[in-house]
Amino acid sequence: MRPVRLALASALLGILGLAACGQAQDPAPSAPSSASASSAASAFPVTVEAGNGQVTIERRPERIVSLSPTATETLFAIGAGPQVVAVDERSNHPPEAPKTSLSGFKPNVEAIVEYKPDLVVIASDIDDIAAKLSKVNVPVLVEPSATDFDDAYDQILDLGTATGNADRARRLVDEMRRELDRLAAEAPKEKRLSYYHELDVTPYSVTSNTFIGRVYGLFGLVNIADRAPDAAGGYPRLSAEFIAKADPDLIFLATTKCCGQNRDTLAKRPGWSGLSAIKNDRVINLDDDIASRWGPRVVDLARTVSDAVRKAAG
Amino acid sequence: MRAPVVPARRSLLPPLLVSVVLLAAAMVAGLLTGAADMPVRGVLLALLDGLPFVSVDSGLAPVERSLLLELRLPRVLTAVAVGGLLAVAGAGYQGVFRNPLADPYLLGAAAGAGLAVTLAVVFLPGEAGTAAIPAAAFAGAVGGVLLAYALGRSAGRGGTATLVLAGVAVMSFLTAVQTFVQQLKVEELQRVYAWILGDLGGSWERLGMIAPYAAVAAVALLLHGRLLDVLSVGDEEAAGLGVHVGRVRLVVLFAASLATAAAVAVSGLIGFVGVVVPHVVRRLAGGSYRMVLPLSLLGGAAFLVAADLVARTVMAPAELPIGVVTAFVGAPFFVAILRATRPVGT
Repeated sequence: MRPVRLALASALLGILGLAACGQAQDPAPSAPSSASASSAASAFPVTVEAGNGQVTIERRPERIVSLSPTATETLFAIGAGPQVVAVDERSNHPPEAPKTSLSGFKPNVEAIVEYKPDLVVIASDIDDIAAKLSKVNVPVLVEPSATDFDDAYDQILDLGTATGNADRARRLVDEMRRELDRLAAEAPKEKRLSYYHELDVTPYSVTSNTFIGRVYGLFGLVNIADRAPDAAGGYPRLSAEFIAKADPDLIFLATTKCCGQNRDTLAKRPGWSGLSAIKNDRVINLDDDIASRWGPRVVDLARTVSDAVRKAAG
Repeated sequence: MRAPVVPARRSLLPPLLVSVVLLAAAMVAGLLTGAADMPVRGVLLALLDGLPFVSVDSGLAPVERSLLLELRLPRVLTAVAVGGLLAVAGAGYQGVFRNPLADPYLLGAAAGAGLAVTLAVVFLPGEAGTAAIPAAAFAGAVGGVLLAYALGRSAGRGGTATLVLAGVAVMSFLTAVQTFVQQLKVEELQRVYAWILGDLGGSWERLGMIAPYAAVAAVALLLHGRLLDVLSVGDEEAAGLGVHVGRVRLVVLFAASLATAAAVAVSGLIGFVGVVVPHVVRRLAGGSYRMVLPLSLLGGAAFLVAADLVARTVMAPAELPIGVVTAFVGAPFFVAILRATRPVGT
């Protein structure tokens, strides 16, 4: 039994590691204008290229079920909020999203069908959920965790097209791109500050090849986790001793909500009290949710990082 | 599958010396190696400096010194304690149940600890949950075994078979409850599984917390070698020789469970050490429990220190979960045991 649990645990760790990312900073629009809605309606049927291949949507969806917190944030940010009838238990943003007990980790076909959806969005095709829902003629978009910005933008555009909000989606992506470019241009990159991002207190971290790692990459930061060999994957479990010896300039904690971590709890860890990031108050508390999604709120994350970097360099 | 009947007498001293040397070598290697590169001479001098009444200049930077004394040294000592406790507990269980596949988690210690840790992580917010893990694991492990024991007693007449079956029932039941609780808060899954995979990153504080239990349990087990040898000839025969079978079994079970709980409290669930090490010892040094118990204690400690060294260095500065390393070695070993069912060493 134990070996099976080990395998399960590694699989889960992988999923959770990936599932860790994004949300939208601007509030959902009151409602799509009638003009754009009608023009969007005429665009159907549409076909989008999602994680589960080409998906054709016949009519503008009016009963969307989102089982992905990132997709929920995106849907509300592009004005598809009024079309959403149910979101999963982890979709905690924006607050007006119709949260239910549906699960994106253990999707239940019957529970989903209860909401009579005409579109289901999920981050991972667990238990063949896409095929099962197709059997009852519900189109499914699988939008897996993004690996880079283009991937994240693509998903926003996908959701725009699929829900008849293509214009809003394009505007959102342009805005995000502009803001990230601006923040990146302002960054004092010549300082080559080093950082450690904590994903889990074990401690697991992230390399620069992950989505979140690329956010830090915008600011010319050096990731200490990159010294782990490729075989350790994008989410390596680092040695506490290594982190202390590397003594990063900045420490970003994505373990504030899950595990109540902050500068004081870090200082109490064995051997860590002398870390310069702790002494110089360069420990940044991130919102675990924002730091683990790949939606519109990645801009908020980038702003937090930008502020921290400028403070540290100044 | 029976353990060998009263084995030939052998001297305990040579294998004991070999084990001590192996353990010392593993510990030195463990202390000298790590993700943070430190000079060998500096490490040795700093360790010497740490001894009472000795004062030498190690030449290590203050940061390196604190890494060595607050991270690496407690980690190696945690591996020593956990490996030794699990192996000696496994040997004790194997003696009581006269079953070579008995391991320290047989009676629900692992499932009880797993449930208690899950409850702590799910219901205590943030840092409080993290801080409560060791105590929860200890209490859960003890609770699981007591539950199995109470159930086994009420169902049978103290036979070991009933007890094992009660352990199986308790294990499945507690694991089911754990899975259910986990469903309530699926986002905490990762923390629970990180614990299940085992972690030797100990601290002086945690070592101090388990030290009394560990010491009592280990001494109690070591004192029962001769009685376990007598027990291995069978209950009736042992009773005929004047041994109070029920009491011996109870004391050994209690001590082994206490040792397991202490190990689980600081390290999570580390598989196979408790099964593999006593068997290696038996093959190399004979089947008498007067040999098997002390050599398992030392051998288990050396094995886990070495396994942790592998876990820390193979992908440095990343680490493998210790449970993966021990299982990777342990699983093939299991196959080897099954292929050679006849016990060796008489």
